[in-house]
Amino acid sequence: MSPPVAPPGWSRWLVPPAALGVHLSIGQAYAWSVFKPPLESALDLSGTQSALPFQLGIVMLGLSAAFGGTLVERRGPRWAMTVALICFSSGFLLSALGAATEQYWLIVLGYGFVGGIGLGIGYISPVSTLIKWFPDRPGMATGIAIMGFGGGALIASPWSAQMLQSFGTDNVGIAYAFLVHGLTYAVFMLLGVLLVRVPPPARPAADAPAVTAGPQVSARSAVRTPQFWLLWIVLCMNVTAGIGILEKAAPMITDFFADSSAPVSATAAAGFVALLSAANMAGRLGWSTTSDLIGRKNIYRVYLGVGALMYALIWSLGDSSKPLFVLAALVILSFYGGGFATVPAYLKDLFGTYQVGAIHGRLLTAWSTAGVLGPLIVNWVADRQEEAGKHGPSLYGVSLVVMIGLLAVGFVANELVRPVHPRHHEPGADAPAVASKEAADDRREQPESA
Amino acid sequence: MTGESSPSPPEPARRALIAFAWLWVGLPLAYGLYELVRKATQLFTG
Repeated sequence: MSPPVAPPGWSRWLVPPAALGVHLSIGQAYAWSVFKPPLESALDLSGTQSALPFQLGIVMLGLSAAFGGTLVERRGPRWAMTVALICFSSGFLLSALGAATEQYWLIVLGYGFVGGIGLGIGYISPVSTLIKWFPDRPGMATGIAIMGFGGGALIASPWSAQMLQSFGTDNVGIAYAFLVHGLTYAVFMLLGVLLVRVPPPARPAADAPAVTAGPQVSARSAVRTPQFWLLWIVLCMNVTAGIGILEKAAPMITDFFADSSAPVSATAAAGFVALLSAANMAGRLGWSTTSDLIGRKNIYRVYLGVGALMYALIWSLGDSSKPLFVLAALVILSFYGGGFATVPAYLKDLFGTYQVGAIHGRLLTAWSTAGVLGPLIVNWVADRQEEAGKHGPSLYGVSLVVMIGLLAVGFVANELVRPVHPRHHEPGADAPAVASKEAADDRREQPESA
Repeated sequence: MTGESSPSPPEPARRALIAFAWLWVGLPLAYGLYELVRKATQLFTG
């Protein structure tokens, strides 16, 4: 399958919905918890066992994005979206078979392994194409797609719950739910497969400016540069700090205000978690779009610097102000989402559009690492504090300080990012024009000798 | 920006396709957001 080139007059505004068709579907992964309690009772599983399909799925996401990125660049977005559709959808169908026959290993293999490949390939499938269509607004373009990944869970969570309510929570009901998920997502993702087009080499579209920016660096060369690893640290630290709040959001707000005059109920805590999801999603589009105006390095200064200040605010205020606690948490979560959505555009500024999708895929290993690191730190520290007999805000004091430290490390890494040395550029592939403010700023700086 | 020519609006047929594509993804997202807002209000009422 060769990459589908857009015919004359094709609108670039058809590409974001194509990307959203895929990302809104694969974002379902974060709503896996809806299936956990029914699976546990229907197939007699422990909590750890019922989490296996999701965990394997996230591992496969990281691996397939890292190792499949170059193939995605070579074969194009339609091929990648087709692979994502087939894998993600057949993952559900295999799971349906597993649930119907009470073979749990089939659910782990189907949803976790096969579906996980769909997650990884699907996640990176539109990134490079979007950046090429929107050379003037890469942050906004990738922000729309990556916002979709957050939005996918918002759709799937109530939808899956209602479906289980209708079909029943025994193994047959779960099998039907998986079957309907597989078929519906296949149809929904088809929009992406049918609509996606790569821009013609000369000019992106009738409604797009003909610009490409900066140096062109291959994925193989990119991982040999300090810039790649500095960005890896930036992403890893930002995600770990965000997970610090996400992982313990409900117990955190309840514990924080347990001894205050206005304790937080379990229902209100659930509302807080939902509000954090909204901030996460809004940050993906809002902050990533802002990065087109103020530059990528500056926006990460905000994510990491102001993020650390917000953690310090939560720490210093204790249980004295609930509105400020909620506000600071929302800002942190918006930065968490923004960090995910802005990183493809940052990569494009540093390495160009040549293999930005493949480079992005490799960088996502930072997400996998943070996914393990974040919950590990927060839960370990919280357990130790509880054993030490602490309660209220002091339960989280050490965690908050650790998060501030991590963000400080990320801030320093971001400060060390410089334009990539020309010896890493692809011969003859460098674009003469400059599209973004950040790229223009970077050109004024001296390339580092590393 | 260094575009060679100014962006032109899409043709009417393409406009209908653009509207359809955005509705295709926008409607489920609106449903998800509606459910989220319903849940989030519990922070202030719960």
